[in-house]
Amino acid sequence: MTGERILMRNFDRPDSHTLAAYRATGGYAAWAKAQGMEPAAITEEVKASNLRGLGGAGFPTGTKWSFIPKGHTGPVYLVINADEGEPGTFKDRYLLERDPHALLEGMLIAARAIRAATGFVYIRGEYVEPWRRFDAAVREAYDAGYLGKGFDVVVHRGAGAYICGEETGLISSLEGKKGWPKVKPPFPAIKGAFGMPTIVNNVETISHVPHIIDRGGAWFAALGTRTQGGTRMFSVSGRVARPGVYEASVAITLRQLIDDLAGGVTGNGRLKGVVPGGSSAPILRADEIDVTMDVDGLRNAGTMAGSAGVVVMDETVSIPEALLVVARFYAHESCGQCTPCRESTGWIYKMVRRIVEGRGRKEDLDTILDVARRGAGTTICAFYDGAVGPYLSYIEKFRDEFEALIAK
Amino acid sequence: MTASRVQFSGEQLAEVRRLQALYPDRRGALLPVLHMAQDAFGWVSLDVEEYVAELFDLSPAHVHEVVTFYTLYFRQPKGRHVVAVCHNLSCHLAGAKTILGHLKTRLGVEVGATTPDGRVTLLAVECLCACERAPMMQVDDRYELDLTPEKVDRILEGLR
Ligand SMILES: Cc1cc2nc3c(=O)[nH]c(=O)nc-3n(C[C@H](O)[C@H](O)[C@H](O)COP(=O)(O)O)c2cc1C
Ligand code: SF4
Ligand code: FES
Repeated sequence: MTGERILMRNFDRPDSHTLAAYRATGGYAAWAKAQGMEPAAITEEVKASNLRGLGGAGFPTGTKWSFIPKGHTGPVYLVINADEGEPGTFKDRYLLERDPHALLEGMLIAARAIRAATGFVYIRGEYVEPWRRFDAAVREAYDAGYLGKGFDVVVHRGAGAYICGEETGLISSLEGKKGWPKVKPPFPAIKGAFGMPTIVNNVETISHVPHIIDRGGAWFAALGTRTQGGTRMFSVSGRVARPGVYEASVAITLRQLIDDLAGGVTGNGRLKGVVPGGSSAPILRADEIDVTMDVDGLRNAGTMAGSAGVVVMDETVSIPEALLVVARFYAHESCGQCTPCRESTGWIYKMVRRIVEGRGRKEDLDTILDVARRGAGTTICAFYDGAVGPYLSYIEKFRDEFEALIAK
Repeated sequence: MTASRVQFSGEQLAEVRRLQALYPDRRGALLPVLHMAQDAFGWVSLDVEEYVAELFDLSPAHVHEVVTFYTLYFRQPKGRHVVAVCHNLSCHLAGAKTILGHLKTRLGVEVGATTPDGRVTLLAVECLCACERAPMMQVDDRYELDLTPEKVDRILEGLR
């Protein structure tokens, strides 16, 4: 099921982050090939690959690239989202530390496709070691002449704010402001960083691009499902025997991922629930894990693929306590711009806390569900919907646990 | 701290100009320059905000708004070391509460406070994205993984 490791093929080499190791394993050959291709042909190849954004939203990458306005004559920017912050996700950290040149090569190719002369890489401020590794790779790439000849890369460090992972919040932050998301439309591809057309892509998304150019879109598409190509990196943590990052086809099932790759459930050995795509993805019960991990498979199961951060909980885990941790996170990280998000995340956190502390009231659960639902879909960015997913699913699927705490 | 003591060296000023030139609008360098300022002056006081505002021709109010938005800028003096324990979901499942409790006892401070000798500031933070090695914490620039109370003690001994 796991098949070939593509993104992680060099991860076991201690020198995998160096230019020498990257070149010795075929690195920068795809860039040589792409230089002989028309920009539109590169985008077509990526479209054919069915590559979908791996940062969270799952938008088709080639289609996004084709949104850059045709007649535009000014600068176009490529922005790499390395602000990894979705709870339960850690794949981009591995890519920055262990294969930074794959990202750089992917950036060169993507920049040619969208005609960008500058790329910004926005790395979360806490990632000091990944930043050092990536920055060293950038210097190697300049010295070797890959960069600086029509394409420059600026490495930008964030300063601690989950919301800067949202693409328009990231752009605000890159512009030297607080990371407030912006109303869409206009989408970044039309009016993005510094007012110019901008493509924002995740680290892992772009790291796939050299392989797609090297081996062809059809090859990549065949690795996945009908509507999503390729492998992706699954971050698995929580109550499993072998937590870690695993690369597998997006057609793998959640059960295979937990049992075959991550070594099965620990704790009391019996599964209670799983978050399949980072903390914003609605939780699945133990009887709901025979689903494929592609964007559409998980959407049909009522949850989302998100960032592919899989958090496993065995029967001994208290779901209300888990929701308390998650609700605290959303209350803390709301940027405060939209009233429903700012107010609901704060109040719901307080109500969940009251329930967990044994001071809950009978009507609290329905109040939470009602408040949560009301604001959904009304806010500037998808952060709030990402909070509503866990509020609703934890309570709806494990209501008896909450009621038991209230009855006490 | 008086305004006159907040001053980058000539070399640092050259670095500020280099960073500003990397962006289509020099304002893009605000976050990186604030990181530099924090490294140079220890924390971001109102005087530092005002100084940085001057370097960008921005209002001090804009810089203040930015500084207060992000968690990595300290608006009061911090300890010589910052210990930031992750208390998000995967770390919670792996016993983050025990680790945080242990640190509070060992250091004798609550979350957000600095030990009286100025050695350590203790923080609780959201997911640092090393959940596969939970429970974990960040000590200054380093990630410390697979924590146990004993491992925490050894790490604390190394902090002077
Ligand atoms: C609240 C929120 C947080 C996000 N955090 C991240 C993140 O940490 N990393 C990321 O790549 N995308 C994140 N995204 C998704 C981005 O907005 C954007 O869709 C993505 O970077 C586009 O790249 P892709 O198409 O390659 O996935 C987040 C979205 C939201 C709403
Ligand atoms: S939904 Fe929440 S995080 Fe997003 S812009 Fe509105 S207040 Fe900010
Ligand atoms: S939950 Fe602690 S590192 Fe992710």
